[in-house]
Amino acid sequence: MYRYDEFDERFVRERVKQFRGQVERRLSGALSDDEFRPLRLKNGVYLQLHAYMLRIAVPYGTLNSRQLRQLALIGERYDRGYGHFTTRQNLQFNWPKLKDVPDILDLLADVEMHCIQTSGNCIRNVTADHFAGIAADEVEDPRPTSELIRQWSSLHPEFSYLPRKFKIAVTGAAHDRAAVAAHDIGIRILKHPQTGEVGYRIFVGGGLGRTPMIAKTVRDFLPKADLLAYLEAIMRVYNLEGRRDNKYKARVKILVHEMGLEPFREAVEAEFAKLDGPSVNADPAEAARIAAYFAPPAYETLPASDASYEAARAASPDFARWADVNLFPHKVPGYAALTISLKPIGGVPGDATSEQMRVVADLAERYSFDELRVTHRQNLVLPHVKLSDLHAVWQALVAAGLATANDGLITDIIACPGLDYCALATARSIPIAQSISQRFGSYERQREIGPLEIKISGCINACGHHHVGHIGILGLEKSGQESYQVTLGGDASEDAALGVLLGPGIKGEEVPDAIERIVAVYLRERVPGERFVDAVKRLGLGPFKPALTGAPTRELADAH
Amino acid sequence: MAAAPKRPPLPAILIANTFLEGEVVFRAAGGWTPDPAQALVASDEAGAEALEREAAAGFARNEVVDAYLVDVAIGTDGVPVPRHFRERFKTLGPSVRPDLGKQAELRRS
Repeated sequence: MYRYDEFDERFVRERVKQFRGQVERRLSGALSDDEFRPLRLKNGVYLQLHAYMLRIAVPYGTLNSRQLRQLALIGERYDRGYGHFTTRQNLQFNWPKLKDVPDILDLLADVEMHCIQTSGNCIRNVTADHFAGIAADEVEDPRPTSELIRQWSSLHPEFSYLPRKFKIAVTGAAHDRAAVAAHDIGIRILKHPQTGEVGYRIFVGGGLGRTPMIAKTVRDFLPKADLLAYLEAIMRVYNLEGRRDNKYKARVKILVHEMGLEPFREAVEAEFAKLDGPSVNADPAEAARIAAYFAPPAYETLPASDASYEAARAASPDFARWADVNLFPHKVPGYAALTISLKPIGGVPGDATSEQMRVVADLAERYSFDELRVTHRQNLVLPHVKLSDLHAVWQALVAAGLATANDGLITDIIACPGLDYCALATARSIPIAQSISQRFGSYERQREIGPLEIKISGCINACGHHHVGHIGILGLEKSGQESYQVTLGGDASEDAALGVLLGPGIKGEEVPDAIERIVAVYLRERVPGERFVDAVKRLGLGPFKPALTGAPTRELADAH
Repeated sequence: MAAAPKRPPLPAILIANTFLEGEVVFRAAGGWTPDPAQALVASDEAGAEALEREAAAGFARNEVVDAYLVDVAIGTDGVPVPRHFRERFKTLGPSVRPDLGKQAELRRS
């Protein structure tokens, strides 16, 4: 895991001191609210519906136990004893007081964390595959690349006043778990098909929000050494050509769309050719120094199977059920990665109490080389657990209310905070997630349905990624009431696709029934082994349309 | 400060967040209060203008941010209740956490 060097430490401490001064100057009247607002936003402080909100960066979703314990402490001392893990692999506190934020930032700096660039029109926290360094289908760990981008983009003087916010995601695996196609820049680490050299495929212009778009490939293969210069070329074209007259048309996806992919690519390549690569790209020694922080931990040499694990499975059906769903195969024999679901049946997606954070921190320290991950699906991961330790970990998770067996299933729902917290929201998200979760809470039923990703947003800004949900739900206001649109067929993976609207909006209380009917159509129509999203892609929306409102299906209509 | 939002239909109350703490407050006769039952209700143009002046003054004094008028219905108990669901949530707290926000404080009192 990356550790701050002297420069990182000084940079973060200086920023805390600056923000403390900015709050004081705002109070004294030396700064107007118009002057102060962008400063607080660039330090992750929003004003939400009920209170301020503080968004803390978790770079590429990687944390150690000391950091998670510090987050638990902040939650307890300065918030209401819980935090909310987000689709950006970050953590948000919902109730901090502005006057306490400088002290909170000091506590974060103590554990090499901060809130810099978690808001504002700048390059945001870089996200990555939460199974980085673990997955067998991985070409290379995406975190050294992500860390390089973090360092390059932090307070980059040229890119601190972009037309709009800018999000970058990195995956090193064939199966995309980082939703790179939904980002302003998506990066996939791959091997050159002819030479076998490891490099990058660069995608640009993905994004959700009110104008969702899937990113396009601007470079099929970029040598690793050229990464920062190529990113700088993209950012320069965007910074110069991106629209600043209309915030709804200011993201790079609109620029790529309006320019056309080929002219955009030509502009980037021309800029790249002009740049002095060696002065922009990372020094190879520095890149190697960063990569060394992500060297694999000291795994033991173990057999691929473990008798105590098998015995525990046989003795405890609940443990076996959880293990069947929440484990992910580790590339190292004798180890597994496990997902700690933050989606208890009927609970608030992504929320964890300070007590739960401490439990997870202890488990990470004792059983997972002091490392854990935050996923963009709003869960946590212990990345390197010995098979022989899994039962003990599971028992601790059960005691903490963290052993819900639903990873990737219909109750593993992404939901933004929605109108329960967010000042921008047009409708609530969390109660919709809760009602669906309760309806489909049965483990057996969830397994029968199989992989199904429901993603819910409480406004068109799409923080809940509804456009790429197998079932997407968007909360809007319609005639003074909360109303929910349902889309089907979205996909956040390497087969990225945007969901298609199924029909007019329905009331919140009608959503669980509608999902029930949609799932029933799938169960009736699927071929053996076919996932929900694949069935939707094969069948189209036709068979599902009557399910939205419960209109008579063709068979019923024929019977009459 | 951003341009004042369009005035809503009357009757209306003035809602805001305190600058230093972010807490939701309402303009009452004697100042800002966390209790919506104490909120001054503007029933006519003059009352609305008076509340708007309070919004500007409170902002200028660094007492509050994001102050704006909210149209309300007056309940049988005389307590003003926002007509729009967004402002009702703001008045109460998160609907999924009845233990937090004003709904919890008022329940305890």
